[in-house]
Amino acid sequence: MNIKKKLKAIYALWYREFKVFLREKSRVVSAVFLPLFWYFIFGGGIGSIGAVNSSVSGNYQHFIFPGFLAMTVIFTALFNGAYMIWDKKIDFLKEVLIAPPSRTTIFVGKMIGGMTDALMQAYILLFIGIFLGIPFTPRSILLSMVILAILAAGLVSIGLIIGSFMESPEGFGLISSFIIYPLFLLSGALYPLDKLPGWLKTLTRIDPVTYAVDALRHVIIGVSSMPLAFDVSVVIGFDIVLIVAGTWAFNRMKL
Amino acid sequence: MEIIKTVDLSKRYGALSAVDSINLTINKGEIFGLLGPNGAGKTTTLMMLSSLLKPTSGTATVNGFDVLKQSEQVRESIGMVFQDPSSDPVLSAYDNLKLHALLYDVPLKSIDAKISQVLSLVDLEKRKHDLVKTFSGGMRRRMEIARGLLHEPRIFFLDEPTLGLDPQTRDHIWQYIKTLAEKIQMTIILTTHYMEEAEKLCDRIAIIDQGKIVALDSPANLIRAIGGDIVQLRGVVNTDAVKKLPFVRDIRESDHSYYLSVENAAQNLQKLLAVAGTIDFVAVHSPDLKDVFLRYTGRAMREEEGDLAGHLRNINRVLERK
Ligand SMILES: Nc1ncnc2c1ncn2[C@@H]1O[C@H](COP(=O)(O)OP(=O)(O)OP(=O)(O)O)[C@@H](O)[C@H]1O
Ligand SMILES: [Mg+2]
Repeated sequence: MNIKKKLKAIYALWYREFKVFLREKSRVVSAVFLPLFWYFIFGGGIGSIGAVNSSVSGNYQHFIFPGFLAMTVIFTALFNGAYMIWDKKIDFLKEVLIAPPSRTTIFVGKMIGGMTDALMQAYILLFIGIFLGIPFTPRSILLSMVILAILAAGLVSIGLIIGSFMESPEGFGLISSFIIYPLFLLSGALYPLDKLPGWLKTLTRIDPVTYAVDALRHVIIGVSSMPLAFDVSVVIGFDIVLIVAGTWAFNRMKL
Repeated sequence: MEIIKTVDLSKRYGALSAVDSINLTINKGEIFGLLGPNGAGKTTTLMMLSSLLKPTSGTATVNGFDVLKQSEQVRESIGMVFQDPSSDPVLSAYDNLKLHALLYDVPLKSIDAKISQVLSLVDLEKRKHDLVKTFSGGMRRRMEIARGLLHEPRIFFLDEPTLGLDPQTRDHIWQYIKTLAEKIQMTIILTTHYMEEAEKLCDRIAIIDQGKIVALDSPANLIRAIGGDIVQLRGVVNTDAVKKLPFVRDIRESDHSYYLSVENAAQNLQKLLAVAGTIDFVAVHSPDLKDVFLRYTGRAMREEEGDLAGHLRNINRVLERK
């Protein structure tokens, strides 16, 4: 199958994802307001204790803002995989799988669709950040958008892989929360990475989201634990592994 | 010229042989009917021919391509109308069709015109921008038939496509499909519970029961093979006595009636009724495809059976979703 056909197929799958996204405005609203809500609770609450302030130059709310950008991506990207279950239930997946495009092409189309979904919401939050007084520059906005996109690719793939295996929404919810919460809580989204006890430090270093949060912090508030290039390379490595796993999962998927 | 060939095509689910060593050859341009009672293996066969389902053993070639090794080329050659709805209810008819057109590489410039053309065929052009979930069951069916035709496939599989459609719409759709089939030399493989439809449309018919082909020929030949007349009896029938009559070739029971294949019923009816027992109802007709079906499967093919199965499936799906 030639490249033009592949692109058309990817566009087709993206087109559907985008239509669904536009229709479900309640999802957009909740996905933006939930992180904002947490942001104010955590930022206001923990920040006022001053417990972590010593290592955080300045404002705790500024410090955790990158973490909440990552949180939005984690939740929406993984949740996107639940649409696979829906597609199976309504037999729409059959219509897609019987079409000529290869499973790999279908995976890529679904991944880009899911990324669009997750990123639209993260980007909305990012622009809200400008009005919350986060010290953004045009350069840091652009770099943040790129980092979030790189993070989203791997996370959407995780959601799609789970969705390709599961039959029921309950099963999907269970498995995905086992992944979502550790990814978020171990990422250093809420606390600085430097002063952790050894075992916890090791755990945070296993979590790929850690590197994305660190990179975001680097470009947004100029604070980071690891070099930017290293952070970004780790997240790209994570993407590659998951995209490969995702194409494998789609190729073995039965109806 | 053959366009589909299966060699010992089989599918097992545990101990159950859903499809059991089917050998079939279907020719280019042919309209081929697959008939059989519920659970006979019709859908399973179509799923294997479309490469969506892997055979447990045996193989098939479709449009010259191996369903196992060249599944992509197989999928490019075919169109499918699934037995169950498979469109996205929260997209419009237009969006469902556009998605399909893009997946099947229909030239971008002609997509909109094509969509209008196939939707007007099924009388849905005016509802184009409505969400599919606002359609009735029959409208959705029609939309999915239109969708299957959109990319003008070489081979078109239709799994009970006209189930639940009114007779007028059925005629209309079949007429179009036949015309198109002739024009682009499309081969059609269909399953249906409507026997008159199969008799009228199909060049050849395979009757399949419990995963096996039990009869395969043109409708006319199948009917001719039964021969004689069919006598339908209702009441308390003395089957032993009836079976002994030399002019009774076959007797089947279905749905509180006995169907007897009788030579020269006009002459022999008196003799038959003399020994048949207490009869409340007698009818004589020349055999048709329904009688062929009954003969080979031991079950009467009733149209409601298909409808009922469809309804049960829908109820199941709704329950599952809850
Ligand atoms: N996924 C599955 N797992 C187990 N058994 C299955 C599965 N799919 C089909 N079967 C069984 O295979 C047999 C054939 O089913 P199939 O759907 O092909 O029948 P059919 O001829 O299409 O019937 P209908 O007229 O009801 O549509 C049935 O006994 C069915 O229960
Ligand atoms: Mg079936």
